[in-house]
Amino acid sequence: MARPAPELLRYLRTLRRFWAASLAAELEYQANFVLELLAVSANLAGSLFTLSLFYGHGHDLGGWSWDAALVVLGLYTLLDGLTTTLLQPNLSTIVTHVRTGTLDFVLLKPIDSQFWLSARTFSPWGLPGLAAGAVLVVVAAVRAGARPDALHLVAAALLLVASALILYSLWFVLAATSIWFVKVWNATEVLRSALVAGRYPVSAYPAGLRLFFTVVLPVAFLTTVPAEAILGRASPLWVVSSLLVAAVALLISRWFWGFALRFYTSASS
Amino acid sequence: MSRHHGPDRSLRHAVRLARVLLSSQYALMLEFRAEIVLWALSGVLPLIMLGLWSGTGVASIPGFTPQRLVHYFLAAFVVRQFTIVWVIHAFEEDALQGRLSPALLQPLNPFWRYLAAHVSEQATRLPFVLAIVALVALVHPAALWWPTPAGLLLALLATHLAFLVRFVIQSALTMLCFWSERAAALERLLLIPYLFLSGLVAPLEAFPEPMRSFALNTPFPWMVWFPAQLLSGGTVPVARGFGVLAAWGLLFLPIAVLLWRAGLRRYSAMGA
Repeated sequence: MARPAPELLRYLRTLRRFWAASLAAELEYQANFVLELLAVSANLAGSLFTLSLFYGHGHDLGGWSWDAALVVLGLYTLLDGLTTTLLQPNLSTIVTHVRTGTLDFVLLKPIDSQFWLSARTFSPWGLPGLAAGAVLVVVAAVRAGARPDALHLVAAALLLVASALILYSLWFVLAATSIWFVKVWNATEVLRSALVAGRYPVSAYPAGLRLFFTVVLPVAFLTTVPAEAILGRASPLWVVSSLLVAAVALLISRWFWGFALRFYTSASS
Repeated sequence: MSRHHGPDRSLRHAVRLARVLLSSQYALMLEFRAEIVLWALSGVLPLIMLGLWSGTGVASIPGFTPQRLVHYFLAAFVVRQFTIVWVIHAFEEDALQGRLSPALLQPLNPFWRYLAAHVSEQATRLPFVLAIVALVALVHPAALWWPTPAGLLLALLATHLAFLVRFVIQSALTMLCFWSERAAALERLLLIPYLFLSGLVAPLEAFPEPMRSFALNTPFPWMVWFPAQLLSGGTVPVARGFGVLAAWGLLFLPIAVLLWRAGLRRYSAMGA
């Protein structure tokens, strides 16, 4: 067993190589950048328009002010950018590896297979979304009059990491089921379309859906809970449960991958 | 060829062709029914939006009661299910995998096969959509309604027409695959205004005035809002709706055909 520190360094160094290589490859298609920029702007404009339909008549969404709701929308945009940058380009290839049998080569590499499958490529085309989301979060939080103290900022940062980990685990578990069902790629489309619910504060939904988006599909922990922390009104209970959900989700994804691999018998068999 | 046989023989030929195409594509789609269920599930947006609007928002939509709102979004969900078009992705994959060349050898434009595939996919989807509607009815008995026979007939017509128009417009875009690898990205871009203006996120009645007139001048609301209102018993300009849909279809049909011919010349010029 190698000592942990050099091992971590090795993974970081590998990650840098992976991403530098994929960046060089992706930059061959620079027209993509314009298309992505257009898509992000159009999506944001559409979301703002939809939100304005609720707020235009003096109503609000679940007791959130316009600016506070924009923080939620910004976080959603941020996570969507993360999906385009890392989750989609990496996890969408698992199914191809299973179908063509190249998963064998991945498993033989002297590196953790879940790490390789989750971080092998990096698509710069999600960066406009990441940037737009971050800007929207900051601007909306300032306009909402948020004055988070250091403690709240730390909590917000932790919750953001937690929400990214939850999102990753959801994607990974679904993508890993392609060991059994080669046609499972559509399941991540279902996930993506259901996660759209995270554009709005979870308290805006009726009680049944709110419960569903907290317990079954943890949309609440993806955008609403970090937004509360950024706005300086996080409750310790939500922070702790969010971190707990993230840890459990990550462990489940880890365990599930090991479990799925037991059923992997290569392409020809 | 059919010119030599006279109208009767050619009609019989077309009927037989359609029957064979539809039955073979239906058998193919049945193989993918699990996948189609997942596809259908990914159309949950109107139901999510129903959840949002049923809170405080419903009071701000002129002419809508909470019950009318449930009917509208349920109808929008159904209409969306039967107007989904994916021809660009099928064509792109076929072209990439080299399946286009053998298809071109057959004495039939490959787009008839794609059309048959779409119709068969809708038939495969039907029981599942009915199951979801039944589920909603179980939770919410008041959510169901009986559309008037005329409304149902008009809604069916409008939904099919909307599907055909979307199919024609996307086919025109698909032809750009001959020139660019980014055609599918353009389609994804076009999907964004469709998402926000078609009435999937809110009935058009909720739009403030300049925006509503603007949206009604695009083809998008006529593809979801119009059939959904017909189905759920709302008031819509019926003649204008069918007119607008027909006009957009007739505008893009010749464009698609011309681009197809030009694209084919380019395709063979590449030596494929």
